Amino acid sequence: MSESLAITKFSDLANPTRFLALAARILPWMAAVTAILFAVGLYMSFSTEGDYQQGQTVKIMYIHVPAAWLSMMCYTVMALSAIGTLVWRHPLADVSHKAAAPLGAAFTLIALATGSLWGKPMWGTWWVWDARLTSVFILFLMYLGLIALNRAMDDPSRAARVSAILILVGFVNIPIMKFSVDWWNTLHQPASVIRMGGSTIDAEFLWPLLVMALAFTLLFFTLHVMAMRNEIWRRRVTAQRRMAARLAGRDNVR
Amino acid sequence: MTHTFYITTAYAVTAIVTLCLIFWVWLDGRARQKELAELEASGIRRRSAQTKPEPAPGGQA
Repeated sequence: MSESLAITKFSDLANPTRFLALAARILPWMAAVTAILFAVGLYMSFSTEGDYQQGQTVKIMYIHVPAAWLSMMCYTVMALSAIGTLVWRHPLADVSHKAAAPLGAAFTLIALATGSLWGKPMWGTWWVWDARLTSVFILFLMYLGLIALNRAMDDPSRAARVSAILILVGFVNIPIMKFSVDWWNTLHQPASVIRMGGSTIDAEFLWPLLVMALAFTLLFFTLHVMAMRNEIWRRRVTAQRRMAARLAGRDNVR
Repeated sequence: MTHTFYITTAYAVTAIVTLCLIFWVWLDGRARQKELAELEASGIRRRSAQTKPEPAPGGQA
């Protein structure tokens, strides 16, 4: 009974018009909470002491780790949406993975750039082609490929189906990325926050990291809802222009 | 180069990319809203937003 109610509620939300109404209501709150979390997170990040080995460069962790986490989470959101496209053929699922791709590309770029800027003083090099760095770079290229594919095709539902297949095929890269540091010998350190046996990071660094991760995650969801709303509007503009052209054509025939 | 350079550059790159992303999404939304308003002003509405014609008096429901 409650399960069917939940499904009804979910399918109500999946209606684009209802989604737009909900987005208008929740976006100001999401933006405000994101801004507050960033203010608190940045204050905590800059008021912590340096690490005994890494010194002040540990501050790069507060932006690098959340960006890297989001690069994977964004692709996971896209993969779930791709299932929605292929299984239920739902237009809102198409809109969701199309809108998420540029956001994922941006967060992956931040992860790559900040990782490089952290690597130079700590490892002595800007870049190495080890398993972790290479798999993140491949993820970045996949985001760019998906953006290009979506822009190259005129028919949005056909573009969505092709993208969905590519997204699901590319999802194999996510566990490779996550476990690359355990499976291969890499210059990049192994997992230290989410791991069996608990976090190995001192609470002094863990709390600012968690607040910044929450701020980045909420920023992603705020931008994702905004980008989905923009995409729905874009499709409505296209549909209305097509309708206007058809009406004009009919009038000319008369 | 000191560590300050790496920390400052990392935060600057993050701020620039994030702000560009926020502005891009925001400007895209404004442009689409403007287009929808122009279409509405020229009398082109979505079929679901168009007013249904009144049934003729005495006609069947």
